[in-house]
Amino acid sequence: MIINHPLLGPRDAHEFVVLGDASLIDRPAWQDENAAELFYQYLYLRDNPAGTHRELWYHEQGDRSWLVVTRNTLTHEISAVELARDVARRQGRSK
Amino acid sequence: MKYSALQIFIQGLTGNKSWKPVWREPEPKSGYDIIVVGGGGHGLATAYYLAKEFGITNIAVLEKGWIGGGNVGRNTTIIRSNYLLPGNQPFYELSMKLWEGLEQDFNYNAMVSQRGILNLFHSDPQHDAFVRRANAMRMAGADAQILDTDGVRELYPYLDFENARFPIKGGLLQPRGGTVRHDAVAWGYARGADSRGVDIIQNCEVTGIKIRNGICSGVETTRGTISAKKVAVCVAGSSSRVMEKAGLRLPIESHVLQAFVTEGLKPVLPGVVTFGAGHFYVSQSDKGGLVFGGDIDGYNTYAQRGNLPVVEDVCEGGMAIMPLIGRARLLRMWGGVMDMSMDGSPFIDKTSIEGLHFNGGWCYGGFKATPASGMCYAHLLATGKPHPVATEFRLDRFKRGAMIDEKGVGAQPNLH
Repeated sequence: MIINHPLLGPRDAHEFVVLGDASLIDRPAWQDENAAELFYQYLYLRDNPAGTHRELWYHEQGDRSWLVVTRNTLTHEISAVELARDVARRQGRSK
Repeated sequence: MKYSALQIFIQGLTGNKSWKPVWREPEPKSGYDIIVVGGGGHGLATAYYLAKEFGITNIAVLEKGWIGGGNVGRNTTIIRSNYLLPGNQPFYELSMKLWEGLEQDFNYNAMVSQRGILNLFHSDPQHDAFVRRANAMRMAGADAQILDTDGVRELYPYLDFENARFPIKGGLLQPRGGTVRHDAVAWGYARGADSRGVDIIQNCEVTGIKIRNGICSGVETTRGTISAKKVAVCVAGSSSRVMEKAGLRLPIESHVLQAFVTEGLKPVLPGVVTFGAGHFYVSQSDKGGLVFGGDIDGYNTYAQRGNLPVVEDVCEGGMAIMPLIGRARLLRMWGGVMDMSMDGSPFIDKTSIEGLHFNGGWCYGGFKATPASGMCYAHLLATGKPHPVATEFRLDRFKRGAMIDEKGVGAQPNLH
């Protein structure tokens, strides 16, 4: 697979490691009343879709940026690559 | 028809004309006591043991494609019971004992070959870890021996003992481990279940699970609605896709594991060998091909194929311990989709929906578990209680902090 890095251009997937579902960006609030339940779901449960999947890739052998890659789990086709920082900020995170 | 040497003789004399199909092709009935979703090794074993051990025969096994066409036909056929943790090892040892009696039990030649599995170690700390594992295995009634370099050299003189980076310091040998003809496992269980009255229904995809007021009453399929008192999902690789139809999210990701086989060689590898510093395992099939594999690719996928970086990684592992493999030409490679669970261990459990049961999360260790998985799932379905060796394989174990994490890497499925 070739990942089209937003800053560096097309890079071989070999240079990256995968963390998993991009929902891992949305860490629950630890003060929440249901924090235990929310963290259980956040840590352990996955949608695991057959089709479009947004996931976190880390450019370990490159610029060490975190990316959100939108990829089809049936065909391995990659339709979008964004910096995870931009995605998190769009969702209202400060950093 | 009971298979025997006498049968072969008689059939041979009469032109092999009266062999019967090994299982029927029945039309689905409108209802069953139990529906097993998934006609792979585990599903067929479940139906077989339900019929044989618990006397429940009003069962249908629904299979989307053809039986044995999924992971039971795509694995590297290794059986072993060399686990460490108390939640796992007794289960896998039960599986090993069932493998040992399997062919007599279901009257089918599954070519169970206990040729031994050797896990190499490459350093003193790893030696200590393997001694600990060997002790855990023996405490659960399994066999285990620690070999020093000379012991390994006697079995496999051509390994790269003096490798500069990963010298071979010895190995953990389980002589009762080995290989099995994987397709024959599916066929043998299918034949045994079918002859006891189980309906095996192929080309029948489950498209929905009927649930009302938290009670499961059957399934919708491409061949009509079928009702059942109990529904037993057993579709490792596609677990999330099927359980989603019941509105359940699972602690599972689907990943691809690649496997490789070389051209046929003369006998060179008497048993199964695994690399201790990377991930590589190899055995030789009865046809002569070296069958080997390594790590999963690491990204979520439902495609039954992988990518080249892992091919390179696996071959590097092979070259590190067994340089002769570099002279063999690769004949075929393929991929299978794994249920990778959050702690690397499986599930055999009821769900929050009454009547709906779940078996999955086998990671890349499902094949060796086939008999025990069938036996324990049948026990759960028939008695409502988990089998004594499968009490820890619960869906709620993450919530309770009761993970069974053999490798100790946490909730990171692609590292198990």
